[in-house]
Amino acid sequence: MKLKLRVWRQNGPKDKGKMVEYKLDDISPDASFLEMLDVLNEELIAKGEEPVAFDHDCREGICGMCSLVINGTPHGPEKMTTTCQLHMRKFKDGETIDVEPWRAKAFPVVKDLVVDRSAFDDIIAAGGYITAPTGTAPEAHATPVPKPDADKAFEAAECIGCGACVAACPNGSASLFLGAKVSHLGLMPQGQPERWDRVVNMLEAHDDAGFGGCTNTGECTAACPKGISQDFISRLNSDYLKATAGGKKK
Amino acid sequence: MAVTGGVLVLYLVLHMVGNLKIFYGAEDFNHYSHWLRTLGEPAVPYRTVLTAIEVVLALSIVLHMWSAISLGKRAAHARPVKYKSKKKSHAQGYAVHTMRYGGIVIALYVIWHLLDMTFLVVNPKGRDATPYERVIADFQPSHWYITLFYIVAVLLVGLHLRHGVWSAMQTLGLRSPRNDRALRALAATIGAVVALGFISVPVSVTFGWVG
Repeated sequence: MKLKLRVWRQNGPKDKGKMVEYKLDDISPDASFLEMLDVLNEELIAKGEEPVAFDHDCREGICGMCSLVINGTPHGPEKMTTTCQLHMRKFKDGETIDVEPWRAKAFPVVKDLVVDRSAFDDIIAAGGYITAPTGTAPEAHATPVPKPDADKAFEAAECIGCGACVAACPNGSASLFLGAKVSHLGLMPQGQPERWDRVVNMLEAHDDAGFGGCTNTGECTAACPKGISQDFISRLNSDYLKATAGGKKK
Repeated sequence: MAVTGGVLVLYLVLHMVGNLKIFYGAEDFNHYSHWLRTLGEPAVPYRTVLTAIEVVLALSIVLHMWSAISLGKRAAHARPVKYKSKKKSHAQGYAVHTMRYGGIVIALYVIWHLLDMTFLVVNPKGRDATPYERVIADFQPSHWYITLFYIVAVLLVGLHLRHGVWSAMQTLGLRSPRNDRALRALAATIGAVVALGFISVPVSVTFGWVG
């Protein structure tokens, strides 16, 4: 495949950055998007140029490390697929492909396509845990969990924290991430003691990080590689209102 | 947005139903208009209930707009550097994309509507006419542009409700997978009924079915 890439290049956090064009002549349609970038980088290194920096780790679609807004869509054109699992056969021969980093104030660009997603860590640190003594794993039947709750909690726990919801949101909101993280513990018996503190503290951390507000456009769910549902945003709002207006938070 | 929007939806439905009184003729319509002002008498003075409704509405509109502007400002702050490639929408729903400009058009229309029907300064008949005569005068075929503005604004209200009613339930945490279909249907029905109910009046006047 022949491709024309337009890639965001930015030397560092302070650099202004710009789109730079690259031509690739011999890309296998079976290559993943990241492998295509690997080929580009090998060519750049051979020419003595700086390779394009991008985030990646497992390349199996489960770690949440890869990102990239491809032709205006986070994780590219294929639904429910991370960039690392996206293959070049989804593109046309000779196509021009725009590659940009996630754009959000809370996700500052580190270099080229790499953004700093520490804001998500701050949200997790504000309440995405349960306080329990560690040690040997408890007996599995000690705490019964209703099957529908376990399923729903698992759906929420599918969130890999990649940040595509923020990248897709016209408001730059992380409500889908927040909703998933608040719900996956809030649905489990183990998460109940801290449920009302968790939702308030995590929402405050979200707002403090500079993410936008939710207007229920649904772009987040459409972009999410795990298909996390907007149901979790409704659940987040419900828990938040119960915790604050409902006085559940002590 | 959700709470103030809810107040406005409730008002819109009552207002739309009230407008339909015009199909019962001039006497009924004018009587309805008078009744709105004498509502609650003699327990409360003339125009108390109507004034109270107006105050609640004004407050709701201001807070609704303030929420929208705050969300817009937050959104601008949250993404200082824009994407270079054209943004693609993958979510369902045309109505979502009309919310902001639709809201502005509706606000402009409401200003015109108040000048026309409440303060009577731009109405062709003005102060000396009955409410019925004012409505008839407003939507004559020669005033087609006023009728068109009305229809455009009301269609945008319909779209606004189509997303807004559902979105309000989501914001209040009342939407769940179980009631999602019902809420979408409810939002679409309220949007369509309100829009068609409002449009029926000027269209009937323009084509001479009323008046």
